[in-house]
Amino acid sequence: MDQLLKTLGIVLNATLMYTPPLLFAALGSCCSEKSGVINIGIEGMMTIGAFTGAAVGYFSGDPWLAFLCAGLAGMVFALIHGFACITCKADQTISGTAINFLASGIAVYVCRLLFAGNTETHPVPNKLPRIFNGLFEWCNANLGGKWGEAFAKNGFLDNVFNTYASAYIAFILVLVIWFIFYKTRFGLRLRAVGEHPQAADTLGVNVSLVRYICVALSGFLAGLGGASITLATVSVYRPSIVIGQGFIAIAAVIFGKFKPQGAMLGCILFGFCNGLKVVVGSSGSIPVNIISMIPYVVTIIALILFVGKAHVPAANGKPYIKSK
Amino acid sequence: MKKIAALMLALVLAIAAIGCSAPADQNQDNTPANDNKEPYRVAMVTDTGGINDQSFNASAWAGLQRAQEELGCEVKYFESKTDADYAPNLETAVDEGYDLILCIGFLMADTLKEVAANYPDQTFAIVDNSSVGDNVIGVNFATEQCSYLVGVAAATMTQTNNVGFVIGMVSPVMNTFGYGFYAGVRDTNPDCQIQCYNANSFGDAAGGKAATINMYTNGADVVYHAAGATGLGVIEAGKEQGKLVIGVDQDQSSLAPEAVLTSAVKRVDNGVFALCKDGVEGTLKPGSDVNYDITSGAVDVAPTDTLMSDECKAAVAAAKEKILSGEIKVPATTEAFDAAYGSDYYTLDD
Repeated sequence: MDQLLKTLGIVLNATLMYTPPLLFAALGSCCSEKSGVINIGIEGMMTIGAFTGAAVGYFSGDPWLAFLCAGLAGMVFALIHGFACITCKADQTISGTAINFLASGIAVYVCRLLFAGNTETHPVPNKLPRIFNGLFEWCNANLGGKWGEAFAKNGFLDNVFNTYASAYIAFILVLVIWFIFYKTRFGLRLRAVGEHPQAADTLGVNVSLVRYICVALSGFLAGLGGASITLATVSVYRPSIVIGQGFIAIAAVIFGKFKPQGAMLGCILFGFCNGLKVVVGSSGSIPVNIISMIPYVVTIIALILFVGKAHVPAANGKPYIKSK
Repeated sequence: MKKIAALMLALVLAIAAIGCSAPADQNQDNTPANDNKEPYRVAMVTDTGGINDQSFNASAWAGLQRAQEELGCEVKYFESKTDADYAPNLETAVDEGYDLILCIGFLMADTLKEVAANYPDQTFAIVDNSSVGDNVIGVNFATEQCSYLVGVAAATMTQTNNVGFVIGMVSPVMNTFGYGFYAGVRDTNPDCQIQCYNANSFGDAAGGKAATINMYTNGADVVYHAAGATGLGVIEAGKEQGKLVIGVDQDQSSLAPEAVLTSAVKRVDNGVFALCKDGVEGTLKPGSDVNYDITSGAVDVAPTDTLMSDECKAAVAAAKEKILSGEIKVPATTEAFDAAYGSDYYTLDD
C-alpha cells in the first residue's frame, strides 16, 4: 500500500510537471480559436516565451519579472499574427506556421547574441517558488509522528502538492478564463465574434478589436507556458526544450471541444499518461516503444469513445470582411 | 516609359542576382608563414550550430587551429547557417582543393554521401558518424571509455550502493555509453545496483526529471545521463533533491555546480587534431572508420572535481591509467559486453 501510494505520488508529480506548460498554451489557443482566429503559432510563442523567461531570469534574477516578460514576448509575436490575420486578412494557418519558424529562429539568434554564441542559456539563479515549501518543511519538522511523516520530502503529499507556483497559476487561470468566457459581457461578445462576426458587427461589436485582444491574450498565455518549462521544470533554455508541446496543446483544445475546462482535462490526461510512461518505463518490463505510445493511444481512444463531435466556432479560420 | 520600367526591372534583377551569388557565409583563411613545403590543407564545414556554438563545431575548430600551430597545416572553415548550406559549402571546399574536408556532425551524413560520390578523388571525413563512401573517413569517439570512468566515480561516491542511468535513445552508438558505465560500476563495486530509464527522446526534460526523482526515491544517489535536453531534467532533479548527477559530452558542471559530480566528456578538438596528425603522416584510410580514444585525449572525464572525494579521484585516476596501459579493455559492443558481464546485466540493448 505504501509503495503503491509512493508510485502514485511519482506519477502525479510527473503529471504536474507535464501539464502546466500545456495548460497555459491550451488556454491561449482556446481564447484565440473562440474568437475565430486559428492560432497554429502557439508552439512558436511558447518557444519565445521559454527563451525570454530563461534569459530575463538569468539577467535579472527575478523569476516573476521573467515570467511576465515571457508572456509579453509571446504577446508580441501574437500581435504579428493578429496583424497578418485580422488587419491584412491573410491565411491564418500560413501566418501561424510562419510564426513558428520566426520565433524559434529569433530565439536562437538572440540567445547567441546574449550568451556569447551559445545556443543554450545559463541557468537562472532563482526559479519560480514552490509556494507551499515552507509549510511542508514546517509541518514535517514540527508535527511529529505520523502527521509529520505525511509531509516528508518525496512523500505522496510533497510530490503532489508541493509543486511550483506555475502549476497553481495554470489551474486558477482555467477558472478565470471560464468565468470570462461564460459570465462576462466581453465573453459573450468574444463568442459571438467567433460564431457570427457579421451579426456581432451589426449589433455594434468591434470585431477586429475583440479578435486582437483574444489573439494577444493567447500569445501571452502561450509565452507563460513556455516560461513555466524554463523557470520551473528546468532552469535553462535550449532550442529542443519545447518541441511539439504547442501542437499537443492545440490538440487538447480540440479534445476539450474548445472549452477551457475541457482543454484542462485533455492536458491532464496527456500529462498523466506521460507520468505513467516514466514510471512504467523505469520498471523495464514493457518495451520502450510501446510505452512511448501510451499518451497518444489513450488520447485517440478517449477521443473515439468519450468525447464525440466537437463544436467548432462557426467563423473559426475565416477572416472577417465587412462588405461580404 | 515602358522601356524605362523594363530597364529598371532588369537592373534590379541583375543586382539581386549579384547579391545572391555573393558568399552567404563568413570564411576565414589562415595561411601559415613557412612555405618551404606544401602544407597539409584541411577545411571543415560546420553544421547548423555554427562556428561559435561553444560545442562540437567550436571544439573542432580549436582542434584545427592547434593542428595549424603544431603541425603546420593550412586550415579554413565554412559555416553553414541552414541544412541547405551543406552542399554548396562542400562544393566550394572541393573547388578550392583540400587534402581533407571535414564535416562536423552526423546531421551532414546524407548530404556528404551525395557530394562524396560526385568527387571520388577528394578525401572527406565526418565526425560522429560511420563512413558514408569509399572516400569518406568516419571519425568516432570511444565514449565507452569516458563512461567507464564516470561509472567508477559513481560507484565510489554512492553511499546507498545504488546508481541510475538515463539514456536518450537506444542504438549501437548510444549503447556504448551504457556499456562503459555499467562496466565501470561493476568493476569498482560489484554490489552496486543500477536503475535505468530509456526516455526514447532527446527533448523530454520533464520525463528525465521525473524518472530521476523516481530513481532517487528508490534509493539511487548518483545518476548518469546520456540524453541531450532530456538530461537537463536529470541535472535539475539532482539540483532540487540535493543528490549527485553526472553530465555528458561537455563539462556540465556550470549547470549545477552543487550537483554535477563530473562529466564524461568528448574532446572533439583532440579527436580532430589526431585526425590531422594521421593525415600529415599519411596513415588515413578513406572508406573506413577511425576511433579516437583516451590515448589521444579524445575522451576524458571533466576537469571539475570539486565534489569528488579523494578516494573517488584516486579510483578514477587509477582506472584511467589501466585503460591507457591496455590493462582494462572497455567493451563497446553487445558481444564484447555480454561476454565479459553476462547478457542479463545491461538490458537496454534487448
